[in-house]
Amino acid sequence: MELYDVVIVGGGPGGLSAAYSAYRNGAKKILVIERDRELGGILQQCIHNGFGLHHFKEELTGPGYAGRCIELIKGKPEIETLTDTMVLSVSKDKQVTSVNPQKGLFTVQGKTVILTMGCRERTRGAIRTAGERPAGVFTAGAAQRMVNMEGYLPGKKIVILGSGDIGLIMARRMSLEGCKVQAVCEICPYSNGLTRNMVQCLYDFGIPLYLSHTILKIKGKDRVEGVTVAKVDEKMRPIPGTEFDIECDTLLLSVGLIPENELSMAAGVEIAPFTNGPKVDQRRQTNLSGIYAAGNVVHVHDLVDFVSDEAEIAGKFAALEAQGTLTPAVDTVEVRPVNGVRTCVPQVLHLPEGGEPVRLFMRVGAPDRKVTLEVKCGDEVLVKKMLPVVKPSEMITLDIPAAKTAMMHDAIMVGLQSKQA
Amino acid sequence: METKVMNCIMCPMGCEMTVTLENGKFVSVSGNSCPRGARYAETEVTDPRRMLTTTVRIKGGLLPLLPVVSADVLPKGKIAECVAYLRNVTAEAPVKAGDVIVHDILGLGVNIVASRDMLG
Repeated sequence: MELYDVVIVGGGPGGLSAAYSAYRNGAKKILVIERDRELGGILQQCIHNGFGLHHFKEELTGPGYAGRCIELIKGKPEIETLTDTMVLSVSKDKQVTSVNPQKGLFTVQGKTVILTMGCRERTRGAIRTAGERPAGVFTAGAAQRMVNMEGYLPGKKIVILGSGDIGLIMARRMSLEGCKVQAVCEICPYSNGLTRNMVQCLYDFGIPLYLSHTILKIKGKDRVEGVTVAKVDEKMRPIPGTEFDIECDTLLLSVGLIPENELSMAAGVEIAPFTNGPKVDQRRQTNLSGIYAAGNVVHVHDLVDFVSDEAEIAGKFAALEAQGTLTPAVDTVEVRPVNGVRTCVPQVLHLPEGGEPVRLFMRVGAPDRKVTLEVKCGDEVLVKKMLPVVKPSEMITLDIPAAKTAMMHDAIMVGLQSKQA
Repeated sequence: METKVMNCIMCPMGCEMTVTLENGKFVSVSGNSCPRGARYAETEVTDPRRMLTTTVRIKGGLLPLLPVVSADVLPKGKIAECVAYLRNVTAEAPVKAGDVIVHDILGLGVNIVASRDMLG
């Protein structure tokens, strides 16, 4: 069985950034396994711009960002890539079994493994909308791939459910392709997408956004003919008497993303609540020794730049572990989200003597303004940061210097504090 | 004096900015976190512009479509016309990222370039 320093499952931005980082940190034999026909992951279908400002200090399109990541690993004898290759299992002793048309079924051994499988879309089944099963109901990402890569239009008259970024981007994309986007419906009282996408994808095209509205019924038997929409109350229950119909031949669903963790769970990786991804420490190591995870498989990001940042962390520590130069951890500190912070990654810190710099990635539960983010250990405030605006859709980051982590014990609380005057 | 509240679209931060106008003319902006935001606010109230990303057909490539991007922002009112023009453009593989697919589209002084490599 072939032995690698680092085996990476998934060749999207997470996997590619992890591979480059592992290479830069001394790993000599790295394998990236990708199931699609080419590297780059979902970025290849995200043809819009707005990627890369943090990570590459330049505004790029999705394919442009993927291209940069591919360029960084190209021509390096230390990094091997396999496309059109499906990983079937990862074992806790770091054997990765895959299948592809050239090699058939084969297993490789990693000294370390990095899980970067990304996430997938929630489908109609996840939101249990009533109606027949007509043609014309797509997830927004599936439609995006059809329109941007395969050259097909899923329909002409579109309703979009969910105002996450993919839904908003697709509203613009379908409009540019000559479709009529009738409406975007959002069950929350606020949009779940980036503000810039509200402006340039909806307002620019005069597309109505119905906040606090959901779709009760999909009409049509063989093909979608319309949807019945209703207003919802503060508990997201439809309000009787508020129903109205919108005509359409296509319904696009942008109703959330789910980290893709079947392989992780089968390997015995512990999955954290709320993020629905592996519970990781600040080095992005899971509960299984030598198995790391990063990117959307850990928690859904809104910016690919943060996926790359996180994957570089995983790549670095996986490479160090493979070479036997990882500084051993002596302290375990639980990270607890409190007061308005809904999720925080990493969920646990395994700190070496003297501490280690830690970057926290958080999401809040509800939109707010002028709040202070605090990291506390007992009653002592270790780090704080003022935030002018927080939204559930926008991830917050906070850097904690090594010296501060050395002062931590048992557990830290990460939460929002009372408003500034 | 009038003020207009707008969200910056230059990057995903989406800063909320307040633009002060006098007789429809730009006076000042606050709330931006960088100079790009200030420039956006000024042009947004005088001459709004947008980046354009779309696809053109490509012959002989791995995929039937090539993603393209405007090398700079285009007048917002001309976007639909640019897209209609690009509907009739067919590129030919191989193409490298950054290759000019349409030079000076509609005489607006902006090139349309390939977003990615597309090998034959």
